[in-house]
Amino acid sequence: MKTASQLSKHTSSSPLAIIDQIVRDHNLDEGSAIVILQQIQAAFGYVGKPMLERVSQLTGIPASVLYSIVTFYTQFRLEPVGENFIQVCHGTACHLAGAERISEVLQQETGVPEGKTSADGKFTVKKVACLGCCSLGPVVTVNEETFARVTPDKARQMIKEKRASCQCGHSNAEEVATID
Amino acid sequence: MINSNKATVTVGLASCGIAAGAQKVYDAFKESLEGLSVQLDFSGCMGMCYKEPLVEVKVEGQQFIYGKVQPEQVKRIVEEHLQAKKPITEWLVAAEQLETPDKTFLNRQQRILLKNCGVINPETIESYFSVDGYKAIKKALKDMSPEQVIEEIKLSGLRGRGGGGFPTATKWALTRRSPGKDKYVICNADEGDPGAFMDRSVLESNPHSVLEGMLLAGYAMGANNGYIYIRAEYPLAVKRLKLALAEARSKGLLGANILDSSFSFDIQIREGAGAFVCGEETALIMSIEGKRGMPRIRPPFPSEAGLWGKPTSINNVETFANVPWIILNGANSFNQYGTETSKGTKVFALAGNIARGGLIEVPMGITINEIVYDIGGGLASGKKLKAVQTGGPSGGCIPASLSDTPVDYESLRKIGAIMGSGGMLIMDESTCMVDMAKFFLNFTQEESCGKCTFCRIGTKRMLEILERITQGEGQREILNSWRN
Repeated sequence: MKTASQLSKHTSSSPLAIIDQIVRDHNLDEGSAIVILQQIQAAFGYVGKPMLERVSQLTGIPASVLYSIVTFYTQFRLEPVGENFIQVCHGTACHLAGAERISEVLQQETGVPEGKTSADGKFTVKKVACLGCCSLGPVVTVNEETFARVTPDKARQMIKEKRASCQCGHSNAEEVATID
Repeated sequence: MINSNKATVTVGLASCGIAAGAQKVYDAFKESLEGLSVQLDFSGCMGMCYKEPLVEVKVEGQQFIYGKVQPEQVKRIVEEHLQAKKPITEWLVAAEQLETPDKTFLNRQQRILLKNCGVINPETIESYFSVDGYKAIKKALKDMSPEQVIEEIKLSGLRGRGGGGFPTATKWALTRRSPGKDKYVICNADEGDPGAFMDRSVLESNPHSVLEGMLLAGYAMGANNGYIYIRAEYPLAVKRLKLALAEARSKGLLGANILDSSFSFDIQIREGAGAFVCGEETALIMSIEGKRGMPRIRPPFPSEAGLWGKPTSINNVETFANVPWIILNGANSFNQYGTETSKGTKVFALAGNIARGGLIEVPMGITINEIVYDIGGGLASGKKLKAVQTGGPSGGCIPASLSDTPVDYESLRKIGAIMGSGGMLIMDESTCMVDMAKFFLNFTQEESCGKCTFCRIGTKRMLEILERITQGEGQREILNSWRN
């Protein structure tokens, strides 16, 4: 999937132009609604309502149908995510290995309830179904990085480190905010 | 591809390995091996997840496997083993002349499908060619009619490995017989059962075997288009599949007139967007069509009216990966393994409270005890076995008292469990079964698509009952009504 920076190379940096480009790449394919929405999320980190309306205008698919899709599938996010997108695996093996406790600790440390983003925009913590690394549970991913055999102490340490370092990669998030 | 005289170092780089730090180990080898006449390569999943990161060293034709390798250990392996030719015995998990407990993990298995997983490089097609890759489709296109391919699969006794156990040949024959020119082959790689990672491992370790299986299916059914529907939670598998598709196309193994025959076939990837229900075939079809993935009543079955209303056959990753082997080695080589009605082998993801967890392949009919104790080395906690969970949230928990049950479709169904797709979770006596039931119901009620009342409301009500029990507010009448 193309990232925001890759897409921006081919288009102007305007968020609407990026969406237009994504739709143009797929418009003729049957059943491409989900693929379009996935690429928009890959570019912006989330799929906001104004984006859905734009896709609707371009494709003729009612915005209500697009909304029903993004609320059906757990992958889609209707709001921007934090700089550190933390996913806590709650598959059976991780559950047995203590994932519930890891989620509690992460919520305490970040001060963010499940599925939400912290006010400073640093953290989003989300439970996910199995990530498929069942022999290494509990498993936590932070953006692209995977942490295996996480303990409450390791989780606390990880949050401290992430809080200290800022690697803001959401350059497009601010631009998109303008069409919200 | 690999010069046999040259020493080689192969690092297992599947998701599990990478999560355990294998990429750093690979980078350390890259640095340490500079200027030495040693070939550095990587493979997918070697199966021994409990020993990740794993490194295979081959010196003068002899194979040694190191486990739990950390970057700091790399220098010593290079100096002592690769240069001074002295293996570091205390770090080895397996070697030809060495008796280790880990050897039983491998020896009790029957690796057909996983034979090349963790051996070949999943990111080059040449590596797959070196293990007879794409020879089965060549053989079929040259010497076999589509009917003969279906007949061979029928003789092999192959049944759906996604858990349903429907005979693969029957599904293909029905799709072949359905009228119409446009037909579809779909690979179900939406491995949604928590605790299951077989398909991810196969796709990350040997993606071409799945593509070749789909090609054979397409040829057998008269289909020209394939889709792989894969979970978005598996980015590495998606990446390797995309590479495999591009390479197969460049070699003329996908596209128009494959290997100069009249058969044309191409494959597209569709990434799932996170919905457990999309593992069900009619929901999966809806999702490929760009809609909410909600199942519909069958009939009509997909073999008559599937994707875009056209005849469609949906098979699981593992099912497809078995197909090239069967075509190349013959149905009888496959059906010599297994029981009367469940032929061949089955891949399981062995996890939970187990000493040696990982990806295993066993002949059908092996007992649960043999898997847990001989292969898995018993429970990690050293406590007593309480239950074995198979089939994901809609499967069952097999109590320890039934652990001598053979693993085949019928025996598991008879005791109220199911084979499922291959997740096998081991629980010790400290596990609370009410909590487990609550965990699964929490999962199924969250994942219910809401279309049918029984599931939408039923799972919610059951969850409420279990919540009351775990809060000390259980009602005896409810237990009685369950007994009835």
